[in-house]
Amino acid sequence: MSFQRIYAIFLRQFFLLRRSPSRIMGVFYWSLLEVFIWGLISRYLHSVGGETFGFVTVLVGAVIFWNFFTRTMNGISVSFLEDVWSRNLINLFSSPLTIGEYAAGLIVTSIVHTVFSIAGMVAMAWLFFSYNIFLFGFFLIPFVFLLFLFGWTIGIFATAFILRFGPAVEILVWSAPALIMPFAAVFYPVEALPGAFRPISYLIPISYVFEGMRRAAIGGTFDVRFFIIALVLSVFYFAGAIFVFIKMYHIVLKRGLFTRFMTE
Amino acid sequence: MRTNGGFITNFLYMTDNAILEIRNLTKIYGTLRAVDGVSFSIARKEIIGLLGPNGAGKTSIINMVAGLLMPDGGEIKIFGMNLSERRRDIMPRMNFAAAYAQLPGNLRVEENLLIYALLYGVGNPDTTVRSLLHEFDLEEFAETRTGLLSSGEQSRVVLAKALISSPKLLLLDEPTASLDPETAHRMRDKIKNYVSKNESAVLWTSHHMNEIEDVCSRVLFISHGKVILDGKPADLVNRFKKKNLEELFIMIAREPLSVHPANCG
Repeated sequence: MSFQRIYAIFLRQFFLLRRSPSRIMGVFYWSLLEVFIWGLISRYLHSVGGETFGFVTVLVGAVIFWNFFTRTMNGISVSFLEDVWSRNLINLFSSPLTIGEYAAGLIVTSIVHTVFSIAGMVAMAWLFFSYNIFLFGFFLIPFVFLLFLFGWTIGIFATAFILRFGPAVEILVWSAPALIMPFAAVFYPVEALPGAFRPISYLIPISYVFEGMRRAAIGGTFDVRFFIIALVLSVFYFAGAIFVFIKMYHIVLKRGLFTRFMTE
Repeated sequence: MRTNGGFITNFLYMTDNAILEIRNLTKIYGTLRAVDGVSFSIARKEIIGLLGPNGAGKTSIINMVAGLLMPDGGEIKIFGMNLSERRRDIMPRMNFAAAYAQLPGNLRVEENLLIYALLYGVGNPDTTVRSLLHEFDLEEFAETRTGLLSSGEQSRVVLAKALISSPKLLLLDEPTASLDPETAHRMRDKIKNYVSKNESAVLWTSHHMNEIEDVCSRVLFISHGKVILDGKPADLVNRFKKKNLEELFIMIAREPLSVHPANCG
């Protein structure tokens, strides 16, 4: 594993970002907009619903945590799509770059994207809604770790499928968060779902993060059992994503599918 | 010398001087044998032309050597090492350029070159990039987005990228396809000089027969995935009593069966 090559993959995305207002906006705009809208909704609900429930804490917290996941996922899959759109994969994979170094480069890119994006959200939530995400204290570390891990997992899965089936399936990248969100218990507990859908939630590790976040926000407790279940599921899915990604890469090499990225 | 995969050929090609040695290379797509038991080698300072009509198997061969396509059979040895086992040691010492593989258009020329300098583990990447920009007359475009350049200028950037690692083996798939004749001529000279100075080797595909005659010390004609002819361009032209390589190409493309393997080399 060469750190220089991992850095090169990150640098390629950084060069792209630094002079592109639309990409910079992509990092900040939507996440800031979400905090702003949900902050206002929370404030309104607080004013009409009384002070019995911490709307701002729960809803704005949920939005920030959800963005941890989506920004991480997009940090990987959209960076990969940039190489697909610019037809750069043939040059990359005929160089000494290995598939592991490429994936590591995308993961580093996703971390930097997410940190900048979330920093903007946290600052806005604090300035406009007096919301301090650090109120979670130590609990924040396991929550964020699990969100990163699941974001990488879905990003790598999406990337693997685009690698195998071509740019035609890039819709996966854009629709994956929407498919997961209803079952991830982002804004409501798993119990709010119809019984038939709950098993799906129990299989999604970040549903435990959102449940845990609400418990921590409301009761100030951290449920270790939730954390362990989420961690086991996350590690299992992450290993599966890596396996599928490597498998798809070998299918691409076997069938000569890199040339498809030159024509689609 | 036969080049269609026979034992004697394989034995003779395994020389100490060879930079690239290919033996019985095979690629099958469904029922189509795109590359069918191809064997050849390239020695230091050699520029080998890979010729053949569209779909003959040239790009499949280049892609297999570049590590972009997994062979179904045979062996690729580069610098004496098996590509499938020693990719990590081989790839930094070879490079690839193709007319269809441009560098990202939304990055500046110098940024693209810097990224590939890092990917190839080049020492002093900034200095190397500046020197290449100068060598390929790209200094004025250093801060221009690559996609805004003309196709000829972009091809020069791709060639600069191909030489960034001072490769000992260079794979060029129609490298001058979008260049005007004068620039193409200059690029050919540059590559020829590079090869003789660095004792490198080149595998070069092109549909411009005058280009092949100009640069290649040897050519391999590929038809239906097999090497059907192997030799020096002038010798082959004389042997088949043609005016030039283009006439020979047309004859082979129309009637590949008219060429018997005994005519090779």
